[in-house]
Amino acid sequence: MRTDITKINEKTPHQELTEGLMIFAGGTSKLFRTGEWRTNTPVFHEEKCKQCLLCAPVCPDSSIPVKEGRRLAFDMDHCKGCGICANVCPFDAIEMKEGNL
Amino acid sequence: MAIKERMSGNEAVSYAIRQINPDVMPAFPITPSTEIPQIVSTYIANGEIDTEFIPVESEHSAMSATIGAEAAGARSLTATSSAGLALMWEELLLAASNRLPLALALVNRTLSGPININCDHSDGMGARDTGWIQIYAENNQEAYDNFLQAYPIAENPNVHLPIMICQDGFITSHAVENIELLEDETVREFVGEYQPEEYLLNPGKPIAVGPYSVSNYAMEGKKNQEIALENAKQVILDVAEKFRAVSGRGYGLFEEYKTEDAEYIMLMIGSAAGTAKQAVDDLRDQGKKVGVLKLRVFRPFPAKEIAEALRHAKAVAILDRCESYNGNGGPLGGEVSAALFRNKVMIEAVNYIYGLAGRDFTVSDACDIFGELEDMVQNGKEVEQYQYVRLRK
Amino acid sequence: MKNGIEIRWHGRGGQGAKTAALLLADVAFKTGQNVQGFPEYGPERMGAPITAYNRISADKIRVHSNIYHPDYVVVVDETLLDSVDVTAGLKKTGAIIVNTAKAKEEIAGRLNGYEGRVFTIDARKISMETLGKNFPNSPMLAATVAVSGVMPREKFITEMRASYEHKFAKKPEVIDGNMKALELAFDHLEKAIKSEKMSLTA
Repeated sequence: MRTDITKINEKTPHQELTEGLMIFAGGTSKLFRTGEWRTNTPVFHEEKCKQCLLCAPVCPDSSIPVKEGRRLAFDMDHCKGCGICANVCPFDAIEMKEGNL
Repeated sequence: MAIKERMSGNEAVSYAIRQINPDVMPAFPITPSTEIPQIVSTYIANGEIDTEFIPVESEHSAMSATIGAEAAGARSLTATSSAGLALMWEELLLAASNRLPLALALVNRTLSGPININCDHSDGMGARDTGWIQIYAENNQEAYDNFLQAYPIAENPNVHLPIMICQDGFITSHAVENIELLEDETVREFVGEYQPEEYLLNPGKPIAVGPYSVSNYAMEGKKNQEIALENAKQVILDVAEKFRAVSGRGYGLFEEYKTEDAEYIMLMIGSAAGTAKQAVDDLRDQGKKVGVLKLRVFRPFPAKEIAEALRHAKAVAILDRCESYNGNGGPLGGEVSAALFRNKVMIEAVNYIYGLAGRDFTVSDACDIFGELEDMVQNGKEVEQYQYVRLRK
Repeated sequence: MKNGIEIRWHGRGGQGAKTAALLLADVAFKTGQNVQGFPEYGPERMGAPITAYNRISADKIRVHSNIYHPDYVVVVDETLLDSVDVTAGLKKTGAIIVNTAKAKEEIAGRLNGYEGRVFTIDARKISMETLGKNFPNSPMLAATVAVSGVMPREKFITEMRASYEHKFAKKPEVIDGNMKALELAFDHLEKAIKSEKMSLTA
């Protein structure tokens, strides 16, 4: 009875919902495209980035992936455009632009 | 082989708990249920069971810890009474909506105020809309038998709901009476091991219990919970049938005592039903056609079944050991009347409030009520449709 | 009750009237009877008047009310006669047993005109003699069994010994004293019953 949340939506009849509305699965938040909610978009200027990594831990949506000590491009599926990363960047390597780009 | 014993209702439930050997019991003491955690912790101290007892600082914590333990995958229970159940109120609803088959031994005591320690059903009735299964007992034997049936009912995959096993405070909880017990081995086989399919402490198979539910989902979730409670009706009967096979004692949603040809029926819950049965025997000796319908399962409420059982009576006295403060009668009075109306059983139905805060209910009280029903039907006597028994006027 | 007896106990919180009622239920159960033993609870305090009840029957007991028309009343503390109507509802065909050092005639005059049989027993004296302390419980229990005849003396004594041996497994020194208290109380009541019968015949 593992839950496939891709098969549940706001049109699902009650018979097909899970018992107690519980989620019998883990990490399901990945499947929610919260990036669709974005009204401002961070733009990454890689040439200015010193890889200080101050941005990654402050992201509330874990949308700045880090691999082998270097940050990668934004995860635009989940970034809500809050701008915290741009605020903490000492090198102006992140610029906020209006709109969901 | 049945074991013939004598014990109080609290001892009987504790004995059932020992035989079941559940995993976790968080509890906070309150009269008159205190003896249950007390006796169970003695069993634990003596090494007779390996239940984890959690002494908590309130009933709010007791129910929270019971929910947590059950969600984690442990067969869990607690015991309480009166204000203790009231303090659990918020968590009672969570136990049900999260579909956790935990058990609660409720020893019915009035709710304050005025502050009083004796029996009525205001605590259990106060929790009637929390989504729990509620089963009530007439005596120590039924409290024991009902507790043994609790987990097989609650843990059934079609149900998965918490269950409250209720008995009357002091009247049965502290009265020593004869009882027949099952062998430990029989109980272990009957109740079985708890093997939940999904639970929190299950490495590699994470689950989310009680996630926020937006309006687009919450109502469907509530309907599913309601269906589970309806399913419980058949499961309760199936479990009772299996229990009869091992114990020789049969149970239904309610017990009908000499109702078959009865013109006047008294409908009630709990220990007073035994007293009313004596009144029925006494009146039958005088040629009166009277009977008792003792409701065992209050939740789910067997509305249709009750209506059918009353269809051929001339009048029913619905006895509530609880005041609803709605100006219109007690909870049982309201629900039975609705059941009669919806099933088009148009008989006289008088709602009596009795036994509040330990007020005694005697054989002669029951006889008087039967007499009043008869007087109403045969002589057209005007009878107050919602009245108190044994009230000083 | 048709096939059984009903007993009401009057005592004071801490004197063991409730325990006596439960012990009586216990011993009657062991002789194969259906029993009920229950206290009436209030805000229980040491010294406050309390009531406890027994039903003993060959039939299954279903009634769960208090007892208003007892066959027997047992008064564990004589001072209750001043404040509690101990003979209320007591059947004329029954009896009352009072723990007192006073003469039966004196007690009988304080029972609101009760017309049935009256028995007295100095349970305090028996307890002091056998246990060195005032535990009126055991003698009152024996007196109740003797007067009510719920079981034969032999059977009662055997069952009580087994019960004390279990209860006082860690204090075996008190078993003999308790047994002696039961025997003395039984002797006293049997004598009283006999002399009552003789005076009736005369």
